[in-house]
Amino acid sequence: MKVLTKKYKIIIDTQHCKGCELCVINCPQKILILSDKINKLGYRYVEITNEENCTACGRCYLMCPDYLIEIYIDK
Amino acid sequence: MERTQFVKPKSLKNTHHNYCPGCGHGIIHRIIAEIIDELNIREKTIAVAPVGCAVFAYDYWDFDVTEAPHGRPPAVATGIKRVLPDRIVFTYQGDGDLAAIGTAEIIHAANRSENITVIFVNNTVYGMTQGQMAPTTLIGQKTLTTPYGRDANRDGYPLKVCELLSVLDGTKFSARGMVTNPKEIIKTKSLIKKAFFKQIENKGFSIVEVLSMCPSGLHMNPIETKEWVEKELTKFFPLGVFKDV
Ligand SMILES: Cc1ncc(C[n+]2csc(CCOP(=O)(O)OP(=O)(O)O)c2C)c(N)n1
Ligand code: SF4
Ligand code: SF4
Repeated sequence: MKVLTKKYKIIIDTQHCKGCELCVINCPQKILILSDKINKLGYRYVEITNEENCTACGRCYLMCPDYLIEIYIDK
Repeated sequence: MERTQFVKPKSLKNTHHNYCPGCGHGIIHRIIAEIIDELNIREKTIAVAPVGCAVFAYDYWDFDVTEAPHGRPPAVATGIKRVLPDRIVFTYQGDGDLAAIGTAEIIHAANRSENITVIFVNNTVYGMTQGQMAPTTLIGQKTLTTPYGRDANRDGYPLKVCELLSVLDGTKFSARGMVTNPKEIIKTKSLIKKAFFKQIENKGFSIVEVLSMCPSGLHMNPIETKEWVEKELTKFFPLGVFKDV
């Protein structure tokens, strides 16, 4: 996966995540994981690891029932 | 290079909803909001919310939304659309709302071919009241009121609303989708968009049923629920377009 020249920014509102994991199972790059930490709602929340592997496919955005994931693509 | 982005649609308010983790309502709210943004009809859309978990939809959508008594959104939408025919009017209803207490309203609204769009969320249970049997509960499915599973001899058969309505002359568009994975979400979005186009073209009554997840009512975790919907629910409720005229 070295062909990527674009820059992506993925923002997850972790404090409102309810930890349903629907994004985790749908990420083809397997870079979303459920944290061991607890957020202010009392849920374990989703975190992104190795953000540089994100292809901005948008699957996590499509799946999130709480619309907490936003993806920006520059250039 | 083109700049693409995935951001929350403008037709959703900047608030957080109170649905359970993994509930399908949030996804369906978002695809409707995206369509309204894309068609640029936010200023002339009026939604009718149901009784059920989506009762607070007016707190989540950023366009005009009213609320109807249990099962009556098609009747309320009929009134709104007849008085304001230039508005885009749609109802958003659960299976308990549309297929149980509201059966008379939905059948007659379709039969009169009211020029409204109905989004029918089928999660097989009464979610808000803790997961009782709904008309769409599958045979053998355990719910709060069918602890040993739904029995056809006692409880009848699940109701196939889209198939049933598609035999009426008044129904101009009837289709079923689901929101369990990204591919099906995209397909369902295009079905809902098509239904809105029917209304914009003054064709008459359109309905899209969406198979959805209610992890709390089904007593499964969100991933098990999504798999159950894909494997079990689609066996009885096939996806597709039943009528498009
Ligand atoms: C006239 C009337 N009868 C009964 C109720 C109780 N009640 C509230 S929500 C609901 C069922 C909703 O189920 P459904 O339409 O499937 O929506 P969901 O909660 O699953 O999204 C019922 C029976 C009510 N509010 N009003
Ligand atoms: S955009 Fe695609 S690759 Fe990136 S985190 Fe989301 S699902 Fe994974
Ligand atoms: S009870 Fe079911 S339908 Fe209601 S918010 Fe929870 S998961 Fe969604």
